[in-house]
Amino acid sequence: MQPKISLQNVFYTYADETEALRNVSLDVLPNQVFVLFGPSRSGKSTLLRLLNRLSDLTEGARFQGTVLVDGRNIFDRSVDVFDLRRRVSMVFAVPTPLPGSIRDNLTYGLKMAGQRNASLLETRVHRSLEQAGLWDEVKDRLDSSAMALSGGQKQRLCLARSLALEPEVILLDNPTSGLDPISTSVVEETLRELTDQYTIIMVPHSVQQAARIADRAGFLLNGELVEVNDTESIFLHPLDKRTEDYITGRFG
Amino acid sequence: MSRQQTQRLASVLITLTAVLVFVPVIVVIVYLIWQGIGAISWEFLTQPPRNGMTEGGIWPAILGTLILTMGTALVSMPFSIATAIYLAEYAGDNRLTRTIRMAIVNLAGIPSIVYGLFGLGAFVLAAGFGTSILAGSLTLGIMTMPVVISTAEEAINSVPQQFRTVSLSLGASKWQTIWHQVLPHALPGIITGMILGLSRAAGETAPILFTVAAFYVPTLPTSIFDQTMALPYHLYVIATQVPGMPLKIQYGTALVLLLITLTMTLIATVVRTAVRRRRDW
Repeated sequence: MQPKISLQNVFYTYADETEALRNVSLDVLPNQVFVLFGPSRSGKSTLLRLLNRLSDLTEGARFQGTVLVDGRNIFDRSVDVFDLRRRVSMVFAVPTPLPGSIRDNLTYGLKMAGQRNASLLETRVHRSLEQAGLWDEVKDRLDSSAMALSGGQKQRLCLARSLALEPEVILLDNPTSGLDPISTSVVEETLRELTDQYTIIMVPHSVQQAARIADRAGFLLNGELVEVNDTESIFLHPLDKRTEDYITGRFG
Repeated sequence: MSRQQTQRLASVLITLTAVLVFVPVIVVIVYLIWQGIGAISWEFLTQPPRNGMTEGGIWPAILGTLILTMGTALVSMPFSIATAIYLAEYAGDNRLTRTIRMAIVNLAGIPSIVYGLFGLGAFVLAAGFGTSILAGSLTLGIMTMPVVISTAEEAINSVPQQFRTVSLSLGASKWQTIWHQVLPHALPGIITGMILGLSRAAGETAPILFTVAAFYVPTLPTSIFDQTMALPYHLYVIATQVPGMPLKIQYGTALVLLLITLTMTLIATVVRTAVRRRRDW
């Protein structure tokens, strides 16, 4: 099977000479939840931001290597980066609704892509909210401010906002940070169901969450991808001593 | 002196100094109202001057000032906002950016009479616009640009960075992001800066002295190539150039000019407060 996303010998260095990624090679298969775990500042977010070229926004960083989506180099000159970001959509760690109504948030990406069809927009609003498990809570106030939602609702709104674009890949940077256990399990449940249609790459809140939700997982440490394996193998029988130390809580 | 006494003395002195700043403003306003209110009448506001300007009203000067203010806005707004967007969103840290910033700082420091002479040379003579509303608006427009640019840039920078990142992550282009996420939220700040710049321009005499202001024209302007009377210059004229000018009319004119600029400042403040209260981030 062709990997959905493939990184080949990727190096990434910030302007201050921090080496965020060192020779990372990785394949992510379609319709899986791939979890990228590791201590903070190990390069997880950097890697996520690279996959839809949000990394372009970081000034002075140096990048080397190849990133393929569906076998195509995303840094190729011919790639439409705006289209790429709709196909590979990012949900940030800190849920940030745009100022405006709930509906505005959900239709923003589509409208920017030139979509003006009102009934299509309506359908997407409804379905994405259903998928994110938020519909019942907000269906009566779609035109009220998104800023008034609770933290957990904002997080699901941001997920729905990505889903409304019907992307192929969803990047999730710690989507349950700051959520209570109940909201967390709602979101996790949602993510599991989404793999029918989407490929998900996620930075988890904790090792436990990683083990619960992943099909496959990779352990990043200081910019180095130490180990990649299916969930059971990596969490129960890690091959690398450093992975084992991290999972069992000996550091990190 | 004991510690308590120095403390008392310090707070008294500092409070007094702050109050002193307030006093001239109040004195000017109160004194102008007291001396000038008697001159204000419907006729004063709507009629042209008569009888060597010693009678009648100041309507051509009021209208001229309003037209010049609008002209200044039309000149200054597009350039200032574009420059502010460039500086806040596009400019890298390079020589071009530093040169532009230095130019703006220097523009802000140029005395207004120099702007007037520049306008005379560049717009009235070289460009051939003659002494006209166009030449005056261009001169005043350039003069207001530094303050509008810096307030607009500040307003643009105050829009949280995350909104831009989120917008881009949803596939919006940089320009779409600026248009839909940055400018709408920066606009109140930009407008505030604009109005403050304009209220400054409305009261300036030196820049319009050689570029547009007429000593006395019996008719109202009909095109942008006409001269016009304007309040600040009219005030200068009736205060220094017309013998036997009734004091009441002089104070009345000053009061009208002050009210126009004060109203603009007030509008700016109200806009800013209203928007701050309404936004929820």
